[in-house]
Amino acid sequence: MIPEIGHFALILAAMLAIAQSGVPLWGAQRGDSRLMGVAAPLAMAGFVAIAISFAALMWAYAVNDTTVVNVVANSHSAKPMLFKLTGTWGNHEGSMILWVMVLAGCSAAVAGFGRDLPSALQARVLGVLGLISLGFLAFILMTSNPFDRVWPPPPDGQGLNPLLQDIGLAIHPPLLYLGYVGYAVTFAFAVAALIEGRVDAAWGRWVRPWSLAAWSFLTMGISIGSWWAYYELGWGGYWFWDPVENASLLPWLAGTALLHSAIVVEKREALKVWTVLLALLAFALSLLGTFLVRSGVLNSVHSFASDPARGIFILCLLGIYVAGAFALFAWRAPSMAPAGVFSPISREGGIVLNNLLLCSITAVVFVGTLYPLFLDLLTGQMISVGAPFFNSATAPLALPLVMGMAVGPMLAWKRAALWPVLQRLWWAACMAMLAFILTLTLAGWHVLSALGFACAFWLICGAATDIADRSGVGRTSLGNAWNRARNLPRAAWGAAIAHAGMGVTILGVAGMGLATEKLVAVPPGGSTQFAGYEWRLEGVRDFMGPNFTARKATITVLRDGQVVHVMEPSKRYFPIGGMTTTEAAIRTSPARDLYAVLGEERPNEAGVAEAVLRLHDNPLAPWIWIGAGIMSLGAGLSLTDRRIRIAAPARRRKETEAEATA
Amino acid sequence: MSDRAAEKPPGASRRKLLVYAPLAVAAVGGLGFWAMLRGLQDGSFNPRGVPSVLIGKPPPEFALPALATSGLPALASADLRNLSRPVVVNFWASWCVPCIIEHPQLMELHRQGVPVLGVNYKDRLREAQGFLTRHGNPFQKLGVDQPGRVSIDWGVYGVPETYILDRNGNIRWRWAGPIMPEILAQDVRPLLARLA
Amino acid sequence: MRPFLLLVAVLLTATPAAAQIGDTNYRLGDQVQEQRAREIGKELRCLVCQNQSIEDSDASLARDLRRIVREQVEQGASNEQVMRFVHDRYGDFVLLRPPVNAATILLWATPALALLGGIFTIWRVRRRAPGIGPTELTEAERQRLAKLQGDQRA
Repeated sequence: MIPEIGHFALILAAMLAIAQSGVPLWGAQRGDSRLMGVAAPLAMAGFVAIAISFAALMWAYAVNDTTVVNVVANSHSAKPMLFKLTGTWGNHEGSMILWVMVLAGCSAAVAGFGRDLPSALQARVLGVLGLISLGFLAFILMTSNPFDRVWPPPPDGQGLNPLLQDIGLAIHPPLLYLGYVGYAVTFAFAVAALIEGRVDAAWGRWVRPWSLAAWSFLTMGISIGSWWAYYELGWGGYWFWDPVENASLLPWLAGTALLHSAIVVEKREALKVWTVLLALLAFALSLLGTFLVRSGVLNSVHSFASDPARGIFILCLLGIYVAGAFALFAWRAPSMAPAGVFSPISREGGIVLNNLLLCSITAVVFVGTLYPLFLDLLTGQMISVGAPFFNSATAPLALPLVMGMAVGPMLAWKRAALWPVLQRLWWAACMAMLAFILTLTLAGWHVLSALGFACAFWLICGAATDIADRSGVGRTSLGNAWNRARNLPRAAWGAAIAHAGMGVTILGVAGMGLATEKLVAVPPGGSTQFAGYEWRLEGVRDFMGPNFTARKATITVLRDGQVVHVMEPSKRYFPIGGMTTTEAAIRTSPARDLYAVLGEERPNEAGVAEAVLRLHDNPLAPWIWIGAGIMSLGAGLSLTDRRIRIAAPARRRKETEAEATA
Repeated sequence: MSDRAAEKPPGASRRKLLVYAPLAVAAVGGLGFWAMLRGLQDGSFNPRGVPSVLIGKPPPEFALPALATSGLPALASADLRNLSRPVVVNFWASWCVPCIIEHPQLMELHRQGVPVLGVNYKDRLREAQGFLTRHGNPFQKLGVDQPGRVSIDWGVYGVPETYILDRNGNIRWRWAGPIMPEILAQDVRPLLARLA
Repeated sequence: MRPFLLLVAVLLTATPAAAQIGDTNYRLGDQVQEQRAREIGKELRCLVCQNQSIEDSDASLARDLRRIVREQVEQGASNEQVMRFVHDRYGDFVLLRPPVNAATILLWATPALALLGGIFTIWRVRRRAPGIGPTELTEAERQRLAKLQGDQRA
């Protein structure tokens, strides 16, 4: 019964989406406020319908309803309840329902919070969102319906890949989708602006918070994915430049460029056409990622098992949305009002440089990811484009970007003097140089890590300088400066915190560049020296989990004879599915991660049973993800800035409209 | 003032071309993906396959020991030169499940007189013999590659893998994966006929 | 048929029973050589798992290749020689850093092309809009301005 309700709710949502796409767009063309007014209630209703559908699916998982094909394929009664629930989106069909639900949620938010928007703009935005929703609902209903039933029901499900029974992997998709789908809103705004033929400061005032929110979630999503790949073996470490990882990075890079150029549109009404293009590009790249992961053209362990027929459907959707939007852009962009002027050395100029470098990096990652596919298609040659290529190709672009990140926020709008800003940053440069030299002397000839530390300190000190400069440190008393700092607009703090967060992440990455490892076989009771600690293997014993059996090793870590840690790496065997996973034991501290992995157990020449252990010392590793968290927080802080939430120009226009129609 | 308003911005026509750039890239990309999806469906596009480097070339020099209990002669590169007809070289192991699935096809080839030569990859001798006893022996000659080094010289990256050599001893075809009946009918037989 | 082939492809990654880390205390004693061997390993793709380098992968083929890399480094082979050895057997696909040849020249040129393309676009767009914003005054305007300023001072 409940799966049928879910299925019906999806069909209802599709009907509502048809209305939501057609009526408001037509109404906006005609200027008919009744037709335009239909958009908001339709968006809210659509969200309710899809939420009901999602709840129905989750219910089927919670009670392990084996009459539902999707539950049979992906779940099992022995799974812990948390993973039964999160397994709802751990497969292709369920994750698509999550995707459309987030989209409907964003539409409802635009409907609910957007009452200050000019009605034509809101109607068009909701219309475009309805159109996107319709396409994906059609995709689900026609090719990927999670509510298909099977009769008679099998006794139990076929279990889920044990790699997916993990909290890190459980929260990674929802956060990612909040990001990907958040960019659908900025896309809709861009399309609406192109249809209207106008981009103004009010538009910028709306696009900026949405791009900040989407960016914040996408940063968290990617970062949790990276952390999960780090502690789960077999997935290439925290970043492998795997094609699917790159598919998530592409919208992030475009989105970063977008959130910076949206600032220029809002404050200076410049870079309008470019910002519209970026908004189209960010969502286009996110759709491209959806296509690549689900169509089967990519060679990656991350991909969903999917068939090419679905790929063709998604490709058609991409054709409509992406090619359609770009065609609209080519037609309407040239007629947009020309931009405000600024000197190359200015805040706007800094943002243009930021965009240039970010988009070049985006182009490199885009080409690098797709090149093997196209080369194989055209010539049959198979090449690999892996981490060494991406690291070498993006580093020369990333370095000037990092250098500019500390300088840019301190430049004045329209026309700025560069030298005084550089002078204020002298101490940040000194700290960077110091970090570089110290790393080379203390840690050995690791030039890349030394460079990384220099960049990290440059960014963190640069962000501090930015805040200090805005507060008037050096120009007025410390007390006054402190007061000014407290009263700085939240967006200023948000930007500084986000830039510092990037520095923190780079700190972690540079630290990981100094990581060491040791591979050793020890008998129970035996010990080995590594990273300044003594590691003693107490023993390996059997262990039973809810749906697995395991061999668990207990390792005591001692420093100067004192026990400091106990670590328990294990190997798990899942009888349903017959898979084995290796669980690393990680001890996290601010300075480093100690990482231990249990290998095979076998007797040595003397016949004594030994366990092979792989031990890692990862300096500063946790800061990689803490830095990403700081970046998201900075973006979130900017979102709470009063100036963003009060869309004053929009309100004035609404009053004028009211006067005009009165 | 009027003369300035009449000026046409000089780069306007060139900029018009630039705005078509995103559409152009999207169109080319879309066509490419379309071709890839069609290729996935008919098997001509395989992003996971690794093409063999040795196509068109002779196999590397090697000499493998025999599996004593099988009574079959050992396999060496000398056996793959100056052939009277094309041969099939198959890499397998007793612990490899797809090898069991493809075995009937190898037995079929053997029954029809096609020379099938085997290399046993990283296996235990007793279990290899057990496999042949249980499932039948299609091989005229069998080499045992326990360390797996000779297989690496061939560019083998998993089992089963099958190679077809022509009469000059050059490798003309490599299939990574089990030989299913369709592969036998569509690829193996026509090629053997062509090379005969 | 396709799903079955996919299943079979997954099974193909079946590896011999002893496929777990460490079959090897095979690490070179000499730290410098071991470091070199690791650098080489990080440039080679594991063909079984396909999204790890042979250094990180626990697959049996990866362990064999690691061993071969270390043997050759110990015998004094240079990095290029070791890479060529593996490349001769497995082709371009095993190199995580794509070779630089006619087929990949576009790939390697991308950073420079992207940057140049961006600079070109910026230049073109900025040239599109002269005369909007502060520009030189014409003679007539200059005289008018002087008169206005003179009037103000008077």
